[in-house]
Amino acid sequence: MAIDSSLLGSSATAPLASRVTWPEQVSGFVRAKPLGVVGALIILGMLLVAAVAPALAPYDPYEPDYAAQFARPAAEHWFGTDEFGRDVLSRIMYGARIALFVGFTASLVGCSLGAGLGVLSAYCDGTVDLLLERMMDVLLAFPQLILALAVASILGPAVPNVVIAVAIPIIPRAARVVRAAALSIKENPYVEAAHGLGASHYQVIRRHLLPNVLAPYLIIVTAQLGTAILAEAALSYLGLGAAEPTPSWGLMLSGSAPAYAEKAPWIGLFPGIAISLAVFGFSLFGDSLRDALDPKLRGRS
Amino acid sequence: MRTYVTKRLLLIVPTLFGVAAVVFVIMRVIPGDVTLLILGGDQTGRIDPQQLAAMRHQLGLDQPIAVQFGTWLWSVLRLDFGTSLWTGQPVIEEVLIRLPLSLEVAILATIVSVLLAIPLGMIAAVRQDTWVDYAIRILSIGGQAIPSFWVGILVILFLVIYFGWGPPLEFTPPWVDPWANFQQLVWPVLTVGYRYAAVTTRMTRSTVLEVLREDYIRTAWAKGLRQRAVVIRHALKNAMLPVITLVGTEFAFLIGGLVVTETVFTLNGVGRFVVDAVAHRDYPVVQALVFLIALCFVVVNLLIDLTYAWFDPRIRYH
Repeated sequence: MAIDSSLLGSSATAPLASRVTWPEQVSGFVRAKPLGVVGALIILGMLLVAAVAPALAPYDPYEPDYAAQFARPAAEHWFGTDEFGRDVLSRIMYGARIALFVGFTASLVGCSLGAGLGVLSAYCDGTVDLLLERMMDVLLAFPQLILALAVASILGPAVPNVVIAVAIPIIPRAARVVRAAALSIKENPYVEAAHGLGASHYQVIRRHLLPNVLAPYLIIVTAQLGTAILAEAALSYLGLGAAEPTPSWGLMLSGSAPAYAEKAPWIGLFPGIAISLAVFGFSLFGDSLRDALDPKLRGRS
Repeated sequence: MRTYVTKRLLLIVPTLFGVAAVVFVIMRVIPGDVTLLILGGDQTGRIDPQQLAAMRHQLGLDQPIAVQFGTWLWSVLRLDFGTSLWTGQPVIEEVLIRLPLSLEVAILATIVSVLLAIPLGMIAAVRQDTWVDYAIRILSIGGQAIPSFWVGILVILFLVIYFGWGPPLEFTPPWVDPWANFQQLVWPVLTVGYRYAAVTTRMTRSTVLEVLREDYIRTAWAKGLRQRAVVIRHALKNAMLPVITLVGTEFAFLIGGLVVTETVFTLNGVGRFVVDAVAHRDYPVVQALVFLIALCFVVVNLLIDLTYAWFDPRIRYH
């Protein structure tokens, strides 16, 4: 029997109807999800600030200026200065870099590892699935922040360690979601057909399973971005994240903010707004993306 | 049902064994030697090697790793978590001192969150895509975005500046002085309650929306039932299952997970104990707490699954 070898390589995502172009998809998203667009704009603004922080920030975020301690918010220092006379606005701008770096790397690393395990678990079935599932159960038994706290306490306060501490609790959560998606995709006739045509396990996973779990993967990545930023802020607040003088938002809220609450409330006010706005942006965008990508919710609210 | 309960109870054993193993491994990969931390060394930082060896023997650190794990597991089974390196008290006693406070905050915050979330989520669903819905959604997404420790800082700032109120230094249990207890806990409870209400509101909204599209709801409308009857008696009742799951999981989390809120409000609960223990490098305490919190999580999740079966007769586990 002649086998059309080109079929082996064909993707399961082949379009049935005429393909919608990217700009059309984007404009459709804009019209259907105004809140999601607000979220996307907040994220873009934050990315921009983080990228050009050195050019945009009016002062050095690290350099103390004891002549300008506890300056009130005014034209010179828009958001005031802290107990070392450092400009709060500049520190918030540089802080966006840390928040975004930890947010993106932790959620991408955590979700990718989780997605890999989820697909493997769904594809292999049997003992492998059972073992991986029990391992994920164990990791899920720890509250997200407690596990991050335990890991961070061992690794010590530093930004790369925070990424690891925040990423580990994300793994089982991503694995759960992606495994469920992969399980239903595995049952599709085209997967069976690919097996029948002699495709290897690797080919089936790479060409048929992975492209089809992309939607749940993206949903969980965006959902975890906000959580990761919050977790970084919490760890830094507790003194287990970035160490002084790194301008991490959470760290800016920890020592001086409550101590000088009466004298200089702005020290504690603006970093909190920055964290809230960032997480708010990611949640709005993530929610709308989920609604747009999840076929069960498509065409609803 | 009985076989299901037995099966679930048996499944808890490997999970808890895994939890214990993870906690044990985490605590064993700590850089540096715990004995060095305990002994601390003298002024010049020197430690008597004989003393070190004696301490290692006393802590059982000279045993093979498998034996150490076995010993630890056996003591955990007898609820013996060792003594705190910081206070010298048995860990379990230290936990029991702090548990009432954490439990009270967890229970009250859960009540606040449910009382806010279920009506709000229901209204948002019924008035979908109106300004009421948008306002509730923004309020609830905001509640999840705003870090609770920052809300705590703001609340304290406000209270300190306008009322000269400072966080209390010692916890007053409700059975000693209910009014003092209320004053201490009202702000942390509202702060945490709002945050969890945000999560629950979103869940209630989406499940009610889903249920409102079911056929039997259309039938209820067609029968000419009033809106209240349709929404509350038909829709809400059936939308409650995922919400119950969420509230239960949140409750489990609240008992030990309020690390940040308890720190902000200087409440001497289990969550703050974790932070303090980490700061003091009090590893027996960290080990015990992480294990106990996970245990709590697993048990509450089991209870949720069992209520699930009880609530929804269609669910039959095998």
